[in-house]
Amino acid sequence: MNTVLVGIKRVMDYSVRVRIKPDGSGIISDGAKMGINPFDEIALEEALRLKERGSAGEVVVVTVGLPDSQQQLRAALAMGADRAVLVDQSPINELSPLTTARILLKVAERFQPILVILGKQAIDYDNGQTGQMLAALWNRPQATYASKLEVDGDRARVTREVDAGLETIEVVLPAVVTTDLRLNEPRYVKLPDIMRAKKKPLEVIALGDLGVDCDSNLRMRTFKSPPVRPRGVMVKDAGELLRALKQRGVL
Amino acid sequence: MARSLIVAEQARGRLSPNTAKCVCCASKLADVGIDVVVFAGDASALAAEAATLSGVQRVLKVERPENSEPLAAVLAPQVAALAKDHTHLFGSSSTFGKDLMPRVAGLLGVGHVSDIMAVESSYGFLRPAYAGNALISVEADSGKIVVGTVRVASFQPVERNGRASVEAVAVDVPLPSHTRFVSRSEASGDRLDLQSAARVVAGGRALASSENFKLLYSLADALGAAVGASRAAVDSGFAPNELQVGQTGKIIAPELYLALGISGAIQHLTGIKDARTIVAINKDSEAPIFEVADIGLVGDIFQIVPELERLLRSSSAARNA
Repeated sequence: MNTVLVGIKRVMDYSVRVRIKPDGSGIISDGAKMGINPFDEIALEEALRLKERGSAGEVVVVTVGLPDSQQQLRAALAMGADRAVLVDQSPINELSPLTTARILLKVAERFQPILVILGKQAIDYDNGQTGQMLAALWNRPQATYASKLEVDGDRARVTREVDAGLETIEVVLPAVVTTDLRLNEPRYVKLPDIMRAKKKPLEVIALGDLGVDCDSNLRMRTFKSPPVRPRGVMVKDAGELLRALKQRGVL
Repeated sequence: MARSLIVAEQARGRLSPNTAKCVCCASKLADVGIDVVVFAGDASALAAEAATLSGVQRVLKVERPENSEPLAAVLAPQVAALAKDHTHLFGSSSTFGKDLMPRVAGLLGVGHVSDIMAVESSYGFLRPAYAGNALISVEADSGKIVVGTVRVASFQPVERNGRASVEAVAVDVPLPSHTRFVSRSEASGDRLDLQSAARVVAGGRALASSENFKLLYSLADALGAAVGASRAAVDSGFAPNELQVGQTGKIIAPELYLALGISGAIQHLTGIKDARTIVAINKDSEAPIFEVADIGLVGDIFQIVPELERLLRSSSAARNA
């Protein structure tokens, strides 16, 4: 079947100004523009391209979230995914990446994919953990921060963006891949795709039915805003800039 | 009593400064004991370097041919096996640490604290989220091992005047053969390391070509600075990926950050907020970069940058005369 499983997350759009609740209990997201985590869109695009190249069969998109995440699943179906799965976490508001990884493992065990592709991080909590944790629990290879992915038979060759430059590794499938920015540019969705997506299967699974341990040894206690940098000075030219730097003792 | 284990990392064959920063973070815990583990094919030189880090008691070296390349899938089971006697386990927020440590946490069945920017208590940590626009206090159960990455821009490296013991350790766990290192390429060659440089000169989309980026390299040489780039500049192919600064690139904290033709998207600003002095040069006076700049200059980078370099070189020539 050569199924590729893509994990996506509903997040606040990157352009929305982040505001902290006055009691420090979280982020104000009421009415904010929501979308698919940008790295996850790249993950989906890569899966679709693998399918178009004949390296993959069905593309299954999965999210763990509240019922409103169905909007993002529909958007993923419009992009070209074949079927969608929502693991409905209600009434729990926040799940840890470890719990999400445990849930994704259950989904992976059911679909037996050759690849699970996820974003390298979600732009809300910036944790960057779920892919690595899934790979650990699944006892399979991981190729994080991918900027190039080639599937060849039972293996994948992945170029990774690392601090030193680019690193290439080879992994035996099935494997977990997490995407970096330059892997691809996700396609735009056209209106007919949105209409077609309405007929594609979207299955909802209750988290409680999966028998997953949702406990975490970590709790997010309080949220606060970062300190604001004081407003600086403006200079007119290179000479003035140099003098200002010397005055501050930086040069 | 807290006992930390830090996974050492290397950069260009030497111990990375990131490891000394992890030691600094671990030293903030109460009643602390600190061990460092070095994985390599031949770990002697790295272990000797790690043994000089102030505050470290023991350096464990694990030498296996499989450890010659930093593959998370290979290292993680060894780290997990070694961490049995520790209360805390840290790596740095480099791509090495961020790749490895969540996998270790997964094997140990515990959560992971990403990008620790402050230690509030032995089981309380501050970390950034939403591109640094929210800071979250995370509390961990004291009954379980804390696994996390240390945000290197938030900690100073400890001094190198320590004398830890070095022990060779055999870790008897089966290692996977499903992951194979193929190659690595470093496009920025022997230039100063962006992550640890005291001065950084960074360029944005306004540079308009990789050819123009040479302006920056030249200024960086005059300043003794490393070179960075915005996401837009990297996406456009003007600069290699390892130079990207921001939410999804490198988070840096130099003494001086010079932003040239960088508009200052929020995702970029999160990567430079800890710089001591931020200088912005941009022709658009409305660019958001000026909101965080300590010194701003509105103008054409193609005129100002060569002029700045000329003045720098003549003033240093005058000093040396």
